[in-house]
Amino acid sequence: MTIANTADALSVTGLRKSYDGNEVLAGIDFSVPPGTCFGLLGPNGAGKTTTLRCCLGLTAPDAGTISLGGHAVPADAGVARERVGVVPQFDNLDPDFTVSENLMVYGRYFAIKDDEIRARIPGLLDFAGLKGKEKARIQTLSGGMKRRLTLARALVNDPDIVFLDEPTTGLDPQARHLIWDRLKHLTAHGKTLILTTHFMDEAERLCDRLIILDHGHRVTEGHPRELIAEHIEPQVVEVFGEDVASWARSRNSLGERLEIAGETAFFYCRDAAPLLAALAGEASLRYLHRAASLEDVFIKLTGRELRD
Amino acid sequence: MNKQASASRYACPRPGMRWLPVWQRNFLVWRKLAIPSVLGNLADPLIYMLGLGYGLGGLLPQVSGVSYVSFLAAGTVVASTMNAATFEALYSAFSRMHMQKTWDAILNTPLSLDHVMTGELVWAASKSMLSGLAILGIIALLGLTHSLLALWVIPVIFLTGITFSALGLIVCALAPSYDFFMYYFTLFITPTMLVSGVFFPTDQLPSVVHGIANWLPLSHAVQLARPLVFGEMPQNAIAHVAVLLGVATVAFYIATVLTRRRLLK
Repeated sequence: MTIANTADALSVTGLRKSYDGNEVLAGIDFSVPPGTCFGLLGPNGAGKTTTLRCCLGLTAPDAGTISLGGHAVPADAGVARERVGVVPQFDNLDPDFTVSENLMVYGRYFAIKDDEIRARIPGLLDFAGLKGKEKARIQTLSGGMKRRLTLARALVNDPDIVFLDEPTTGLDPQARHLIWDRLKHLTAHGKTLILTTHFMDEAERLCDRLIILDHGHRVTEGHPRELIAEHIEPQVVEVFGEDVASWARSRNSLGERLEIAGETAFFYCRDAAPLLAALAGEASLRYLHRAASLEDVFIKLTGRELRD
Repeated sequence: MNKQASASRYACPRPGMRWLPVWQRNFLVWRKLAIPSVLGNLADPLIYMLGLGYGLGGLLPQVSGVSYVSFLAAGTVVASTMNAATFEALYSAFSRMHMQKTWDAILNTPLSLDHVMTGELVWAASKSMLSGLAILGIIALLGLTHSLLALWVIPVIFLTGITFSALGLIVCALAPSYDFFMYYFTLFITPTMLVSGVFFPTDQLPSVVHGIANWLPLSHAVQLARPLVFGEMPQNAIAHVAVLLGVATVAFYIATVLTRRRLLK
């Protein structure tokens, strides 16, 4: 089973799903070319997990078509999953097994022969930075190690497509950077990644394309840099201080757009120089001048209010 | 739920042979913890059997034409199988499904929930077989059986294991937490033990209870196992086997549909 180069690794059209009358997915479309990293972003409850479950054939959609690795899902989901790896959001390594037993047992689910799995284990552990941990018990691993082992486990069948559901949530910066490096390595070697994350810097770094979902709808789609250019003024100045709201309102004209959240004022500017000059005289205010980021896009499109 | 989704929820399980790695996984865990597990599965029924059999048996004349310990031992073979299968399909399967999310991990591979359920069913039956076989071995050691017909108890043990594993998987699919299993033990397993002819002949019971007991799968297992231990062909053997097979099939179907509803929504 090989994927034709011309075909998308994953294509989704008109995906709909409701639970008890609540529409969780209201007609989602996207496609992922092979060898790219695709991001699925959105606030909690936006429909990311449901989308992933539908794509893997674990949830039957109410409407829409899904093609995963050239196979129709959910009809041929089992066949499609032969060439897919999954890093789930929550750790589900086998606590009764050692590191290499976890890989061995998981490889058997793909009907890979024991000798073949055994031959792959050193390479997988090397990739995941777990060399020498073959016999370690799962309880003795740190959070970062568990996550890397889960990534190694997802690669045991040498998949074409890897789904990663919040792969770095709960990890320290070192562990997160290591995971990023490994994921870049995978796309460089032709694997297709489908990634959900709440870390906008992660999406900005890794994704060739991404889609932002909210309330089951697609809000926008594109390359991270294009989305920033399209939606946000190039420069952002965040101003902090007790009386920042009234100060900022009176200087509204110094930025193209102003947003106030608590004790922070966000000025979105094409040219920040006049604002910075004004700030220079304000001893009671602190500020941060930075380039516009994907997080600004995300907040602009999905709002600042908290989600469940 | 649309038509297609509901059709796949109620479809007949299609296990194929890919359930085997699921069975293998459980076997590998069991092998690591085999000694305490075997002790637990064996010691409990053995203590009951020998304690009641010789202790209480000493006060009794023959029961159904044999010594009480022989009578009880033949029933204990399938009763301990029932208990072992039930424990595995309730507590252990629930741990894998709900606590460790082992099933979720497996469902991300080419295996389907049907494979997982079949692997769990056969595994729980296999593990319960050890319990039943151990009791059968002790019966032979104590010289309570002399007939080669007793070897036919082995498939009866397996069938009993499959039946109670399938029933247990229904309860597992419905359970919100471990506490829920107490209901099943108190309301079904314990009464079943008492009225299915394990400890005393069922004709001792009031006719209403006797009638109910006839519907319970364990009493069919007892009616197959006990004559075989004593070297006799069971009466209505085919009917008893058919009841056990029927309960196992229907229960496994229900368990599969309920688990699909729980995990594949």
